[in-house]
Amino acid sequence: MKVEQISIFLENKSGRLAEVATVLAEAGINIRALSLADTTDFGILRLIVNDTEKAKQVLKEKGFTVGKTEVIGVEVADKPGGLAEILNVMKANSINVEYMYAFVQKSAGNAVIIFRFDELEKAIDALQKAGIRIMKGEEIYSI
Amino acid sequence: MIWNEEFETLPREALEALQLKRLKNLVERVYTAVPYYRNKMDQAGVKPTDIRSLADLRKLPFTTKEDLRLNYPFGLFAVPFDKVVRIHASSGTTGKPTVVGYTKNDIDAWAELMARTLSAGGAHAGDVVHNAYGYGLFTGGLGAHYGAERLGAAVIPISGGNSKRQIMLMQDFGSTVLLCTPSYALNLADVMKEMNVDPKSLKLRVGLFGAEPWSENMRQEIEARLNIKAIDIFGLSEVMGPGVASECIEEKHGLHVFEDYFIPEIINPETFEPVPHGELGELVFTTLTKEAFPVIRYRTKDLSRLITEPCSCGRTFHRMQRITGRTDDMLIIRGVNVFPSQIEHVLMSIEGVEPHYQIMVDRQASLDIMEVQVEVSEDIFSDEIKVLEKLGKRIEREIKDLLGVSCKVKLVEPKTIQRSEGKAKRVIDNRKL
Ligand SMILES: [Zn+2]
Repeated sequence: MKVEQISIFLENKSGRLAEVATVLAEAGINIRALSLADTTDFGILRLIVNDTEKAKQVLKEKGFTVGKTEVIGVEVADKPGGLAEILNVMKANSINVEYMYAFVQKSAGNAVIIFRFDELEKAIDALQKAGIRIMKGEEIYSI
Repeated sequence: MIWNEEFETLPREALEALQLKRLKNLVERVYTAVPYYRNKMDQAGVKPTDIRSLADLRKLPFTTKEDLRLNYPFGLFAVPFDKVVRIHASSGTTGKPTVVGYTKNDIDAWAELMARTLSAGGAHAGDVVHNAYGYGLFTGGLGAHYGAERLGAAVIPISGGNSKRQIMLMQDFGSTVLLCTPSYALNLADVMKEMNVDPKSLKLRVGLFGAEPWSENMRQEIEARLNIKAIDIFGLSEVMGPGVASECIEEKHGLHVFEDYFIPEIINPETFEPVPHGELGELVFTTLTKEAFPVIRYRTKDLSRLITEPCSCGRTFHRMQRITGRTDDMLIIRGVNVFPSQIEHVLMSIEGVEPHYQIMVDRQASLDIMEVQVEVSEDIFSDEIKVLEKLGKRIEREIKDLLGVSCKVKLVEPKTIQRSEGKAKRVIDNRKL
């Protein structure tokens, strides 16, 4: 049900993002989804990869500060109102979305949205009751 | 344990009588042997015979780093050069280093003083002393080395650098006593964490740290992270090197000055007058026994105060409070005096924040700008921007509260700030005044 996401602290200086990508590539790790949030001074890169533990290890070895968080992924059909439906469920249950990002599946062409909630268990419960399918971790790691 | 019971517990009267005898001898020696000192004394109108009591010390002129610079390299040596068996040097105010020398007797006294220091810190014969002070022109490495040998310990002369190898040897050789700078001790703790070495699996029991100012909070961090007792020791090459003063493990409160060898004074750095009893001021030393490179009233620019109350360890020597800053690393930011140790104090009081920081000072549109760069460790990192921003703001607020001056906190990646294998560079002042 839950998906493991790693996050990396980056100073805003050129080449750091490329370095992360290179470190992961050299370790044979595939990036499934990513998002970069930044301020004027620093950024936080969030990644979902096919091998979380290994990614964390190789990045730490290269001196990066790395964290691990649990998020969930929801498949949204390519039709109007898909995202609104999910957000309305959250609103009705007073659950905050800390952040979210989306990517499109190659095979099905559907969008997958990754959510980080302040109350993860409560969010899973609410989504399930509303009949919204939450993707399994393996489904996302192996996209 | 007290290394030299007889001298370290001398009743004050007997100690002061010994100091006076040695002081008279010192003044006589330098007046005869060093023209520079003789000229300065003549200009001040003092003759060796004017020194009749310890209070008369105040009649003598101060010695400063500038005097040492003017006499580079050997102008202040008080013995013929063929009596000199060792030369050390430290950084000077200009391009040339500050040079000091030792006779055979000086080296002997130095070993005695470092043996006392190690003993005060809880080390003893049979210990394995991991000496990570730098060997070379710096007095730390060799000074501590001779003291540890005198103590009867086995010394590992590892010097600074290559932390992974240091930790491997600590494991393999069963080091029990660590000697290095406090910032390097924290660096070793970092590297142990990286290597998954549990400090509890080591035999380390105690560490004697010096050569840079540190704080009580840093002591607690070192003790917790390395699972040892951390002792503050003090010395400077112009006076001797390490072995001028040391905390005792019984109290860890103030450093006993080895007063049979050195007379400490605390002066107001602006008026040069002695400060009232127990107040903070600039630390000044006179060496009583040194032959090759004696100094009279040497101004250290280190800030401290004297503690004259008796100590539970039994030593009768007065104590100097741990160095709280230097008269010359003091920053003036928009008219406010700022010591890096104060910033450190704030950082260490916030859970998870490591004392790896650097202060950048600049002047923009005639306004001083202070930026404090703090490394983001795993303990404080979050995947949410707002959490990190909140932390930055909190540090800014607490610094403002303590110093009364605002600053900008910039979170930086680990290992961005130059790690000290020797002394940490805490301040980069880019102001052009
Ligand atoms: Zn004591």
